[in-house]
Amino acid sequence: MSLVEITFLILSVIAIGSALMTVLSKNPIHSAIYLLICFSSIAGHYLLLNAQFLFIVHIIVYSGAIMVLFLTTLMLLNLNEETEQHKPAMARLGALVAAIILGLVLVAAVSKTATLMPMNNNTVDIGSIKALGKVLMDEYFYPFEFISILLLSAMVGVVLLTKKEKTTVA
Amino acid sequence: MVNLYVLILAPLVGFLINGLMGKSLPKSVSGIISSFAVFVSFVISSIYFFGFVGGTQAPIDANVFDWITAGETKISFGLLLDQLSGLWLMIITGIGFLIHVYSIGYMHDDENFSRFFAYLNLFIFFMLLLVLGNNFLVMFIGWEGVGLCSYLLIGFWFKNQPYNDAAKKAFIMNRIGDLGFLIGMFLILFYFKTLNYGQLKEALASTQTSHGLLIAITMCLFVGAMGKSAQLPLYTWLPDAMAGPTPVSALIHAATMVTAGIFLIARANFLFSMAPETLSFIAGVGAVTALFAATIGVLQNDIKKVLAYSTVSQLGLMFLAMGVGAYTSGVFHVTTHAFFKACLFLGSGSVIHAMGGEQDIRNMGGLKKWMSITFITFLLSSIAIAGVPPFSGFFSKDEILAHVFEANKVLWVIGSLASFLTAFYMFRLVILTFFGSFRGTHEQEHHLHESPATITIPLVILAVLAVLGGLMGLPEFISHTHWLNSFLAPIFPHAEGHEHMAISTEFALMGLATALAVIGIGIAYSLYVSKQQLPAKEGELKGFAALVYDKYRVDELYNAVFVKPISALSSTLYTIVDKALIDGQLVEGTAGLSMQLGKRIRSLQSGNIGFYLLVMVVAISLILTYVFI
Amino acid sequence: MLAILDVVSIKYYLILSAFLFTIGVFGVLFRRNAITIFMCVELMLNSVNLLLVAFSTYHHDASGQVFVFFVMAVAAAEVAVGLAILVTIFRNIHSVDIDDLKALKN
Repeated sequence: MSLVEITFLILSVIAIGSALMTVLSKNPIHSAIYLLICFSSIAGHYLLLNAQFLFIVHIIVYSGAIMVLFLTTLMLLNLNEETEQHKPAMARLGALVAAIILGLVLVAAVSKTATLMPMNNNTVDIGSIKALGKVLMDEYFYPFEFISILLLSAMVGVVLLTKKEKTTVA
Repeated sequence: MVNLYVLILAPLVGFLINGLMGKSLPKSVSGIISSFAVFVSFVISSIYFFGFVGGTQAPIDANVFDWITAGETKISFGLLLDQLSGLWLMIITGIGFLIHVYSIGYMHDDENFSRFFAYLNLFIFFMLLLVLGNNFLVMFIGWEGVGLCSYLLIGFWFKNQPYNDAAKKAFIMNRIGDLGFLIGMFLILFYFKTLNYGQLKEALASTQTSHGLLIAITMCLFVGAMGKSAQLPLYTWLPDAMAGPTPVSALIHAATMVTAGIFLIARANFLFSMAPETLSFIAGVGAVTALFAATIGVLQNDIKKVLAYSTVSQLGLMFLAMGVGAYTSGVFHVTTHAFFKACLFLGSGSVIHAMGGEQDIRNMGGLKKWMSITFITFLLSSIAIAGVPPFSGFFSKDEILAHVFEANKVLWVIGSLASFLTAFYMFRLVILTFFGSFRGTHEQEHHLHESPATITIPLVILAVLAVLGGLMGLPEFISHTHWLNSFLAPIFPHAEGHEHMAISTEFALMGLATALAVIGIGIAYSLYVSKQQLPAKEGELKGFAALVYDKYRVDELYNAVFVKPISALSSTLYTIVDKALIDGQLVEGTAGLSMQLGKRIRSLQSGNIGFYLLVMVVAISLILTYVFI
Repeated sequence: MLAILDVVSIKYYLILSAFLFTIGVFGVLFRRNAITIFMCVELMLNSVNLLLVAFSTYHHDASGQVFVFFVMAVAAAEVAVGLAILVTIFRNIHSVDIDDLKALKN
């Protein structure tokens, strides 16, 4: 078993385990921490797959921005205790069965699929910032610009949503 | 060709102007526009007509555009202008123009002045289409269009419910006839693959057609003619149609539209000639209608009703002529009848106008003192319709009767009797209206006056035509040739003159007809002038006379035989099929089912997001299973 | 350069992603806390991202990675707006429990 394989296995186990813990922990803060671990292991997978740029962006966006947002919200709403009640037993069982069925269907679909051969074999390092930047600013220029509009409107929306409503009409 | 388009479209333009902008036009402008539109048509018609007379104009048969193309069948929107339609054009636009002018005076006080002229123009347009079509379908458009205009104009004073009923009656009765026409067209289209007159003629000449089929087609077409031209048993709408304004009665219900049935037979004469059985039937129906309506006319007291029954009776005579194959004579009588009957109706309108709406001749009398022009024109037209030589009615009627005499003596007796009665009741009408002393109220007497020039001028012109119209069909032994006969020779190849009848017989028949007319007039004179008799008041008539006065109770008979059972059936269907079955079971049942289902399914809509998500995941699993596994 | 996919078959990535995705779905169904559900949605997004990157490397095509980039941007916007909505809801009903959000009924 090569080093690569061992790394893959370890990262996969961490990812799946921490994902499970995310779902199962009662305390939302713990969930968030486990999710952070899960994201980090996925970042490791990106590195394994030679996608350096995405590795960096992933760490920045998810670990840096999104998780901080989650945690801030949790603290803002004071939900750091185990206040959450469980769903009724039937609903939990239903959730489990539905998820297992979906998982089985997915795995079955994957194993039924014929393995495709790689389409081209150019050995350019596609995951590097340089290569990706070229694609991004060339082929995907307009979607890239639209993303900025999306982010701007999201920002405006958030400000509007969280602004305290005035109770009195001026 | 352009002239022809202008000829047809001018009244339509008039209709559009009056119909769309009528409210904002002053009355005088409205009347002048529509009269002018018809006048334009009249001028162009005259050019064509005299072109035909002088032999410089060749018949026009042109397809304007392809209208319906389905498989092998191709129906064009085509026009045909030949001698026959040319003659009809003259009647329609000429008399139509005079009646437009007349209407300017007659309808002067009506608030819906422009609407009236819009309808009149539309009527002229459809009538032109009817006579100018080169196939049955184009004729059918006009046929239906004039029916529509007739309906609109009979119910012109729609605030009066009996008038509306009369309009509906006319419309429905015409529908029965139109069904016959339609079936006839379907048969022609199915068996000959064409509706074009020319092509049909060729097809008939080149292929062997079963005799039964021809009888079926012609009978169906004749049913259509029956409805439009008010023949037994579909005549009852025409007397009721007098509810419309008098110019309408003159134009539509005397001079033009009701002769459309004659035109249909004249146009398809090649078809009818191949089915002698149908022709005999037509002759029979025409003769019976002529006598039947004449007897009713004898006892009517409403000035317009008398004229209406007279119209039915005269139309019967025309069909009689058609039935014995004397197409030219029928068309001749259509022409002369258009002159004198239009004049009579317009004269009656003038009288009604002066009497302030009174139509009962028992309340008139002595009107010649006040209304000399109306009186003279009315008298001349009455002499013409009674058949006294040398007025126009004499020639046309005598020609018909001569042909009938040749073909069938029984029908001749009936026809002669009808024309004898015609002479009687027309003079009864004239005498009661214009002679003697005035029998109306004092206010009416005070109000009496001669009508304005827009009314009297058309009367004079029509009276002149009524007197001289016979010149176009002088018998051969008087003038060199029978002019109308030779004019229409291209249309009616089989039309024959009197050649194989001895001149002595002809003179005898003429003498007899004149004698009958004079006797009829004489009886009327002795009864109403010498003995000063007055028609009986309501309810004083007994026995057969009462039956005739009540128009043989045909309306009541139809009511009992057709209307009541149908409305009983309708109300049964309404309660059982419509209310109980369709409304109760189907409509409300469907609604009830949805409501019940909704009640059950609504509980799924719990608002529980968790449940929604669960269902979503399961559904996605199912879809994935279906797609990938 | 070490090509991982020569050693580890692409199928393993497929299965890993499927597992992560299923766990995310399970979390969405299982939990009542709307914020945790949000986290599970992020998890599902990430499983898809992982697969996109794996196939991008497999096919030597940069488009897959560009898409991951876009997904991240959209996810960031989504989380921001979603959390803002949750804060507003919390202000109104003092709960982020989805079973309490039944205003859609009636």
